[in-house]
Amino acid sequence: MHASLCDFLLDIGHNAIEADSKNICLTIREERFLIDFTVKDDGKGMSEEVKKKVSDPFYTDGVKHKSRKVGLGIPFLIQAVEAVGGRFSLESELGKGTTVFFRFIKNHIDCPPIGDFVSTFVALLSFKEGYQMVINRSLLLDENKEEYQLDRLELLELLEDFSTIGNLKLLKSYVQSQEAALDEIRRQGWQK
Amino acid sequence: MAKMTLEELRKLRDSKKSDLRKRDIAGKDFQIIIGMGTCGIAAGAKGVFDAFMEELDARKLDNVAVTQTGCMGLCYVEPTVEIIAPDMPPVIYGKVDATVARLIVEDHIMKKKMVSDHVFDRPSADIIKDGGK
Repeated sequence: MHASLCDFLLDIGHNAIEADSKNICLTIREERFLIDFTVKDDGKGMSEEVKKKVSDPFYTDGVKHKSRKVGLGIPFLIQAVEAVGGRFSLESELGKGTTVFFRFIKNHIDCPPIGDFVSTFVALLSFKEGYQMVINRSLLLDENKEEYQLDRLELLELLEDFSTIGNLKLLKSYVQSQEAALDEIRRQGWQK
Repeated sequence: MAKMTLEELRKLRDSKKSDLRKRDIAGKDFQIIIGMGTCGIAAGAKGVFDAFMEELDARKLDNVAVTQTGCMGLCYVEPTVEIIAPDMPPVIYGKVDATVARLIVEDHIMKKKMVSDHVFDRPSADIIKDGGK
């Protein structure tokens, strides 16, 4: 089982990358008690038949690992979401793409820690496949709202590649500075 | 900390570029490939990715490429990491944590000496043909 909400996001985001998607859109909307994740891709999608089976931990398409009998990413997520009274939905059309939505109730006692968005975004942006990924991240606390957007192709054009350490560090400090603005309104919220 | 703009990132990149060139001695011959499948993530692969980044940066080893891939077929010893280094056979390390990651950088990459306790295998035969994609 994954240790943090960010790990679930990385897992489902990686599914989107592996589904031969050209465009992937991740949306993370956080409020005081809720956090909503949407992973939308235009990859190969799933047939109705496969869609029914994704929640079964003993189902896998067997393309990558011929003799494997498990596929645990989505079942892990469903289990964790159900434990906190959250929500999970999956829409998919063969050849068109897939959208996965999941909601966690942050103050539920069984909710895993949120995790580290900075390193999760760096990881999601730096897979070697050629894909566009736009990440929209927002935090709404009372009337205070802070948000930012990361555009993979825009950053890739600027940094040239995401595999050398120097560039990964630059990418990380960029994401870090964006996420820090959210921490700032979180701090203000506590002071009230 | 104020949000960095793309323009500031560009400037930062330019100022680091001259730095990078000085350090780049042996080309980009080293490759670290981290398994980021469900099994890897559950076992802490993201922490390993961060640890490699920190260690390589601390040692100024800019000629090492760090990439991620899906499951390499060795779920029972995750997190797994493949190291491709010149003059050495490709090796898959298993049960890698932040400490082992630092050891791999120090021994395998810098001294060309394998970290024997963590050497596992080449990828499973069922995925080797497609290179683990």
